[in-house]
Amino acid sequence: MAAAAELTLLEKSLGLSKGNKYSAQGDRQIPVLQTNNGPSLTGLTTIAAHLVKQANKEYLLGSTAEEKAIVQQWLEYRVTQVDKYSNKDDLRTLLKDLNSYLEDKVYLTGYNFTLADILLYYGLHRFIVSIIVIGFFSVIFRMIFFNLS
Amino acid sequence: MRLFVSEGAPGNLPVLAAAGRARGRAELLISTVGPEECMVPFLTRPKVPVLPCCPLFGLTYNHCFHCGVRNGYFFLLSGWEQDDITNQWLEWEATELQPALSAALYYLAVQGKKGEDVLGPVRRALTHIDHSLSRQNWPFLAGETESLADIVLWGALYPLLQDPAYLPEELGALRSWFQTLSTQEPCQRAAETVLKQQGVLALRPYLQKQPQPSPPDGRAVTNEPEEEELATLSEEEIAMAVTAWEKGVESLPPLQPPQNPVLPVAGERNVLITSALPYVNNVPHLGNIIGCVLSADVFARYSRLRQWNTLYLCGTDEYGTATETKAMEEGLTPQEICDKYHVIHADIYRWFNISFDIFGRTTTPQQTKITQDIFQRLLTRGFVLQDTVEQLRCEQCARFLADRFVEGVCPFCGYEEARGDQCDKCGKLINAIELKKPQCKVCRSCPVVKSSQHLFLDLPKLEKRLEEWLGKTLPGSDWTPNARFIIRSWLRDGLKPRCITRDLKWGTPVPLEGFEDKVFYVWFDATIGYLSITANYTDQWERWWKNPEQVELYQFMAKDNVPFHGLVFPCSALGTEDNYTLVSHLIATEYLNYEDGKFSKSRGVGVFGDMAQDTGIPADIWRFYLLYIRPEGQDSAFSWTDMLLKNNSELLNNLGNFINRAGMFVSKFFGGYVPEMVLTPDDQRLLAHVTLELQHYHQLLEKVRIRDALRSILTISRHGNQYIQVNEPWKRIKGSEADRQRAGTVTGLAVNIAALLSVMLQPYMPTVSATIQAQLQLPAPACSILLTNFLCTLPAGHQIGTVSPLFQKLENDQIESLRQRFGGGQLEEFLELKAKVSPKPEVVETVTTAGPQLIQALMDEVTKQGNIVRELKAQKADKNQIAAEVAKLLDLKKQLALAEGKPLETSKGKKKK
Repeated sequence: MAAAAELTLLEKSLGLSKGNKYSAQGDRQIPVLQTNNGPSLTGLTTIAAHLVKQANKEYLLGSTAEEKAIVQQWLEYRVTQVDKYSNKDDLRTLLKDLNSYLEDKVYLTGYNFTLADILLYYGLHRFIVSIIVIGFFSVIFRMIFFNLS
Repeated sequence: MRLFVSEGAPGNLPVLAAAGRARGRAELLISTVGPEECMVPFLTRPKVPVLPCCPLFGLTYNHCFHCGVRNGYFFLLSGWEQDDITNQWLEWEATELQPALSAALYYLAVQGKKGEDVLGPVRRALTHIDHSLSRQNWPFLAGETESLADIVLWGALYPLLQDPAYLPEELGALRSWFQTLSTQEPCQRAAETVLKQQGVLALRPYLQKQPQPSPPDGRAVTNEPEEEELATLSEEEIAMAVTAWEKGVESLPPLQPPQNPVLPVAGERNVLITSALPYVNNVPHLGNIIGCVLSADVFARYSRLRQWNTLYLCGTDEYGTATETKAMEEGLTPQEICDKYHVIHADIYRWFNISFDIFGRTTTPQQTKITQDIFQRLLTRGFVLQDTVEQLRCEQCARFLADRFVEGVCPFCGYEEARGDQCDKCGKLINAIELKKPQCKVCRSCPVVKSSQHLFLDLPKLEKRLEEWLGKTLPGSDWTPNARFIIRSWLRDGLKPRCITRDLKWGTPVPLEGFEDKVFYVWFDATIGYLSITANYTDQWERWWKNPEQVELYQFMAKDNVPFHGLVFPCSALGTEDNYTLVSHLIATEYLNYEDGKFSKSRGVGVFGDMAQDTGIPADIWRFYLLYIRPEGQDSAFSWTDMLLKNNSELLNNLGNFINRAGMFVSKFFGGYVPEMVLTPDDQRLLAHVTLELQHYHQLLEKVRIRDALRSILTISRHGNQYIQVNEPWKRIKGSEADRQRAGTVTGLAVNIAALLSVMLQPYMPTVSATIQAQLQLPAPACSILLTNFLCTLPAGHQIGTVSPLFQKLENDQIESLRQRFGGGQLEEFLELKAKVSPKPEVVETVTTAGPQLIQALMDEVTKQGNIVRELKAQKADKNQIAAEVAKLLDLKKQLALAEGKPLETSKGKKKK
């Protein structure tokens, strides 16, 4: 999924009405958003966090200090690890890691659904397009991993 | 709370710095663990409150450099909210800076590389930070006060930038930002804890355990520009652009008649431009051409467009051993070789349309006269030393043997055909007199060791003067960053006396008793070639070369030539106390690769100057593409596919399309006469945008950023295409009176932009520029002068000539056959494979019909890799390391088998890692 499409999807699920236009920068097609009242913003997680604040859904960025930090680190994980996936072996390790991490959790931060879950889901979606979207995230993960391993 | 950090991990720096700030808010316990211990917080220590490290630390996320993440925690604790800009920096740090930086740190700390090898991968990122800081004019990254972004980036950069050699001085904003943060107490403490005052070496044990990071993908050879934001224009800027436009050609100064010879004039700008002298017996390849002659040509042409007094000179460097060798090979005298190749060079540059005022040579009486004069002055001032050097002499040939004339057994590995300077097998550098069983390459007799007297330039004695001069010259000048870096590292290591004589015949004679059978070493007198070539052009050469007050000297070269131009020649010149003009702006390029490999004459890979003409592709297209990928600031690569793409997209569809449409509208709709223009506010905005871009072009070219300035031309024509597309003059011409007037304005403005582009294009594509100007019948002064404002040079009523298409499409077949003709691609694809963890089988299979060249190259690779493995085993190196090298070897052998069309020995399912 191209980053722009992903952000448009995020806008919709956040309930933002007006659709932003995104441009893309460089080889890796990093998304750029030109905001009305400030400088342009560059980068997937930067723009995603901006949209969440715009929609007044800050709780999606985590509610306690620890949770905020965890959300942050998973957002970073998404852009540095998931997006650089290059072969089947990498993908397998990646999914295995996620599986073991999620074994005792419902969502990435534990019990609260956050932006990290959304973006990680989008990021993995391109590998796993055939899975039907079900509400519970970790359930999806588990289904995939059990099939895989 | 407990924080786990890995001993010696670079990522610890920002964490600890941040922790220092957060102290007091949270009780922190810092534990250090060895790099191999598994630290998976969620698996092994579920009960201990552990600060989140990287989420999957110890598994796949083992480059624990994702400090941005961990910092977030501390800063949220200490009450710092993260705004969008901070987030943006953190994301940039993780995705862009870290890959580049970890490669640089690995090169520096683990591989012991230095200089540009280390700085190269991160330069782009450093420049990005510097530009952001200086553009916003903020002391910190996200505003007036310090933020999380500052700590994270500081911590990431500290291990590298703490060595001032890696903090480029032209990045002033970055420098002062870095120094401000470095003086803060928490930062200082963190730096001490992590680096333990050992500098970057403290990170070595940790980094060694990490897989070697690959430098940012494709970054080193990327040819794509950074996207620019469209500037917002003020009313004032628009008004000024409109006024300038309306003045038209009248605001052009009178055209100066051409001078011969060109000489500097007091009170005017006098620009002396040199391009590194190509060595006479090599046919230059594309990399040589873009590296100096073509780059210098663009600047010379630009300088003339500005009406500066410009003298552009170059010539062939003809003396030295290599010429003697070549002469022997071809059975000619050195002089005949020089005569023959000088013509080849001159023809190539003529074909590329290089606008030399003089293209001379170094084998002239003037060269002898000036070199000897400089030498005498150095001698009388005590800057020349004498010393004895042990050398091999062949009694049969009655001469001392240059390194390349000796062969023998390598003293290190016993290889039988080691050269006098280096062993091809073990790669070690050899001192020729240490060779066992040395042989003269010419007559095969055994040379003897004889001592020979030589002269040395006493550089240490001149070092202080050099530093004084550099101190005055460098600040504010346009020396390229790589040149500054090279000079700085030479000075840091201290200068040593350099031998300036050689036991040769083909050279400038040494005017000193006892040295009658010796000549000056080429590097001493090659740079003097610029002076003698000028002296052959005009007897008033000293008005250029002994006139530092009035003359600005720009010297163009590839970076390997920097020490001679920036250091050795200035030392010689300063030592003469003769008021020589010294280099004001030293412009050095990086290297141009060929299809991801190197140009190689011996392997027949790459395009060489004389072959370019046989491709059927016009010289201007070559010029355009080479300048478009000019290795400015980083290495770049020539690629046939990319050349086709750039020709078809940028030249044909963008530039050519716009200029052709503008002209065609004038011919078709207005009978060849430029129509009346009534500017609307939208048109005025366009005027201002074009003006802005034109000014940007000037700023860049004044700084000799040739490649970037070419982007401005293409941006303007993109604006122009959009303008035509939006206003649709071809429809409006059929409409009402008002519509027709609008069509006229749009056409008139567009054709004037085309005229402007033709002038801006002149330094890059002189023939295309002249063609456009002939098609548009652009008046003479407007063709030869470029002001900083966009003028209406084709007023209403001006009659244009016949318009025809400027560029031709390059077809895939054509390019593919050229690629095959010139080699490359194939081999590189193969070699690339060995770097990849799992080769893609389809790539391997496509190359079953490999040529003998490829097979030979692969055999060489196998031999080389075999040696590496043997050496590692002999040293009892780390098991994993050996395994990795063995895997590479197996992979290479497999490729070789495939290339030779043999069946595979290993089973297909076998995994290689």
